[in-house]
Amino acid sequence: MSTGLARDILDLTLEHLFLVALSVTIAAVLAIPAGILITRRVPLQRWVLGFANVMQTVPSLALFGFLIPIPFLGGIGKHTAIVALVLYALLPILRNTLTGILGVDAAVRESAIAMGMTGQQLLREVEFPLAARTIVAGLRIATVTTIGTATIAAAIGAGGLGVFIFRGLASVDTTLLLAGAIPAALIALGADRGLEWVEHKLSPA
Amino acid sequence: MSPLVSFRNVSARIGRKDILHNLNVDVEAGETLVLLGRSGSGKTTALRMVNGLVLPSSGEVLVEGKPTAAWDLIRLRRRIGYVIQDSGLFPHFTVAANVGLVPRLEGRPPDDVRARVQSLLDQVGLPPEQFATRYPRELSGGQRQRVGVARALAADPPLLLLDEPFGALDPVTRVELQRQFLTLRHGLGKTAIFVTHDVREALLLGTRIGLLQDGRVVFLGGPAEFLQAQGEEVKAFLTCLDPRREF
Repeated sequence: MSTGLARDILDLTLEHLFLVALSVTIAAVLAIPAGILITRRVPLQRWVLGFANVMQTVPSLALFGFLIPIPFLGGIGKHTAIVALVLYALLPILRNTLTGILGVDAAVRESAIAMGMTGQQLLREVEFPLAARTIVAGLRIATVTTIGTATIAAAIGAGGLGVFIFRGLASVDTTLLLAGAIPAALIALGADRGLEWVEHKLSPA
Repeated sequence: MSPLVSFRNVSARIGRKDILHNLNVDVEAGETLVLLGRSGSGKTTALRMVNGLVLPSSGEVLVEGKPTAAWDLIRLRRRIGYVIQDSGLFPHFTVAANVGLVPRLEGRPPDDVRARVQSLLDQVGLPPEQFATRYPRELSGGQRQRVGVARALAADPPLLLLDEPFGALDPVTRVELQRQFLTLRHGLGKTAIFVTHDVREALLLGTRIGLLQDGRVVFLGGPAEFLQAQGEEVKAFLTCLDPRREF
């Protein structure tokens, strides 16, 4: 393997990690509070989950395409890819936040309220810690899928390991294909294991 | 002295179902009022109205002379201990953290909280050095309920609400906890409202018994009167004491 290729793999891997980390972080910052909010505002559940569901069903290549003509959010480059990846990552985080919090034992919630916890204390002391494991499971699903989806982001000039894959496809070069696919698969495995470990570290309910 | 808790023409409706009809009961400081009744008689709803978990659809529930609807519910609830059947202990908190919760929320210094937790665990018969750092899942049912009682007492509330606290325990453990409850009550002079469907428990623990049937009080009086009372529902419950005998 030429040192040039090795360098490229390293650069693109870092770029890929950056895309994924930023997207999942933004998605978590949006979806965890939204998930908590819709446990308090039941009528909103249909709309918020519906939106996240629809986003999930749009084929990824098409979503990248749709975003290109949209001002601010769209165009060619990284920010468009990040917008799309965030939209994809919302659903699993949102759904697991909702499931986790609604899954807190009714007797536990009732005694918390009966002991005079405020809404915020209930969330901070009881609901969030007990839901944490489920929420992290949602983050794990979101992270692993984002690592895969992010390879397609190269199609709109966002960089990352997808660059190798698209180049390899165009030039029918298996080495290039693998140079993109193998690191992506390794990152996904590593992230999956890492977050699984975090999940098990969190107190079981 | 005015009653600690007073139900005045209280009706409760949950959804489209009327749970309580025109309830009028006073609870005096120091007494243990047992609300006895079958499942669905409205006894738990009546209890939950005292700490504002359920608000009256008409009438009012007065606590220390003030209607629950007018109380700051957070303040009200911190002045009332609450124990339920499946304890509702926080599974992610140790025994000490469970018991010390309300004092901590009230902003008491950590050393005070620790000392309070120790003395409460002693009082309910759980040596702190052995139990303080355990999690609820590492306790038996009876131990969990003891922790539940200790937690309810933590902020030294004048009033305790207990909803079938010993209902899920085996008979031997149940009697142990009932006796301990009597000892604690004598020692601490708390007022208690105690919900049960067990007539023995009602006779043992109640200084007064309120029998509920379909959301109405059909008997209200002391245990001795209860044994002599004539109503249909009273007789139905007395029959549980000795099913071979006619009451």
